[in-house]
Amino acid sequence: MSEFVGADFFELDHLFSDEERAIRDSARDWVDRELIDSRLIEEHHRAGTFPKQLAKQLGEMGYLGVTIPEEYGCAGLNYTGYGLIMQELERGDSGLRSFCSVQSSLCMFPIYTFGTEEQKRRYLPKMAAGEVIGCFGLSEPDHGSDPSGMETKATPDGDGWILNGTKRWITNGSIADIAIVWARTPDGIRGFIVPTDSPGFSAPLIPGKFSLRASVTSELIMEDVKLGPEALLPETTGLKSALMCLSSARFGIAWGVVGSMMAVFDEALRYLQSRTQFDKPLASFQLMQRKLVHMHTELTKAQLVSYHLGRLKDAGKAKHYHISFGKRNNCWAAREVAKLGRELLGANGVCDEYQVMRHLMNIESVYTYEGTHEIHTLVLGEHLTGFPAYRG
Amino acid sequence: MRIFVCVKAVPDTAARIKVDKDGSHIDPSGVKFVLGPYDARAVAKAISLKEAAGDGAEVIAVSAGGTKGERDAKKRLKDALALGADRGILIPDDGCENRDPLEVAKALAAAIKAEGEFSLVLLGRTAVDDQAMSVGPMLGALLGAPCVTDAVGLEIAGGKATVTRAAEGRQQTVELTLPAVVSGQRDLAEEKYPKLKEILKAGKKPIADFAYAWTDGGYTVTALEPPPEPVAGKIVGEGPDAVPELFNLLQNEAKKLSF
Repeated sequence: MSEFVGADFFELDHLFSDEERAIRDSARDWVDRELIDSRLIEEHHRAGTFPKQLAKQLGEMGYLGVTIPEEYGCAGLNYTGYGLIMQELERGDSGLRSFCSVQSSLCMFPIYTFGTEEQKRRYLPKMAAGEVIGCFGLSEPDHGSDPSGMETKATPDGDGWILNGTKRWITNGSIADIAIVWARTPDGIRGFIVPTDSPGFSAPLIPGKFSLRASVTSELIMEDVKLGPEALLPETTGLKSALMCLSSARFGIAWGVVGSMMAVFDEALRYLQSRTQFDKPLASFQLMQRKLVHMHTELTKAQLVSYHLGRLKDAGKAKHYHISFGKRNNCWAAREVAKLGRELLGANGVCDEYQVMRHLMNIESVYTYEGTHEIHTLVLGEHLTGFPAYRG
Repeated sequence: MRIFVCVKAVPDTAARIKVDKDGSHIDPSGVKFVLGPYDARAVAKAISLKEAAGDGAEVIAVSAGGTKGERDAKKRLKDALALGADRGILIPDDGCENRDPLEVAKALAAAIKAEGEFSLVLLGRTAVDDQAMSVGPMLGALLGAPCVTDAVGLEIAGGKATVTRAAEGRQQTVELTLPAVVSGQRDLAEEKYPKLKEILKAGKKPIADFAYAWTDGGYTVTALEPPPEPVAGKIVGEGPDAVPELFNLLQNEAKKLSF
């Protein structure tokens, strides 16, 4: 049973169904045992490696592709339930949540949404079990925020394709069995399922990350990779198909970072209550309380945003700009909370005996990936004014 | 094989407990209730026995408890179903807090007898709220079945249960003829986490109500108080020089050591 009690200032707990709470509590206990109490996350964070053995365990718990129907080996869960799982995983570590986001929203979701029945049956059950790992190739070395400039090309070759190009910042890249690669074709941008053992395909690791150290980030290099006709995701029609996947993943991020905030807040509060300076608990100093209250306020607001976003998504009413709001606000708040949490822990805050600095470093990636804070600002700016400022 | 597991909704061990105004009840506001941690291990053990027994084995979770809010025992029965129990029986009791353990045992025995045959009744060694530790043995007596407490190991073969008990300073092995009642320690089974699909499936498993005419019995909790504040510690010296005085105090004042 988890010792972590979460944060629930506005009694949101009662708004979740019994089932949703049971799912969250089970994920919470699992993360405690497998990741935190076992100190597995510290070990992998130090080593800069992903705990790959967790892939199958995540599959066994049912945490991969949760919203996809049961006939493909998944749970057919609602989006609020998906969000709660992401929250609990990220309370452990953003790298673990990133693994699940990529597997679920960026790989299983496009196969389910844009794939043939045969592709779905071939890949989804094994991906749900964590036996087949996926990665998602959209960003390129020279095309990050503006993927429409992508240079990767799929050239028709008989009834198949030849793929050339480079993708960068690819989570799971070096451990993936398949890559969902987006490439320019004579019919516009399309998605492909590329087996990573295809000749001409390589996925070198990007070394030296200060952030998401327990997650694999890679480059995908494709040199004359020959693909059969079965590689194409036939229902993909342009960049908007790729953006649909991102929308689903960003929803999970808006929830996930709430978990990171909960972990940091919980640790900071316990620390302030237990440490004495000038003969008083740190928690009794006004300067400490001010920071703590700011953290708690941002955490509570972010919880309300993610809760409402979940219910909107389950009602089929969440628009891309709602999701931009959630991703933008909550990642900003998580960065703020992690920074203050680190300050409150003083020198102890920079050591990995405590979690705050790991969360602080992780959030730098989460703040930037899946649409930078600035890009989501412009998405919302366009929604409010009608002017798409990123288009010059 | 048919295994009953008795479970109880208890306050989360991480929750901060306050006493109600009347001075004898827990104030349940803001307190999260969970499946009793020892009960959860008993459920996990029942599931592994069922899996080992193969087809036809059944695990039935039984709970006597509240029907409202956080105390709703049905929610905790769902937890047991999510761990793999096949169905549940709820004995509604909105006066469940501070209920006479003998009454609880009688109600559980009545619900189990109403189902007919059973091979085994499993339960946690104690509920972590009232810590009465008495329902297991009473249930054994009421069902006319042999009973052991504090099991850390349990195997079933040839109509017998072989139970390992953690007795003080030693391990005891007891053989029981089935049907039997066994209360378990934490180590009876590894902790199980309900898997997502099992949680969703649990929502569809049946939970039947069993009515019991509750009486007050001969048992009344008259006061509930937080434990006394710990007495301030004493530093008797430093290093090896302090050892004789430490021994003296432990032996003669605290009376924690005897030779």
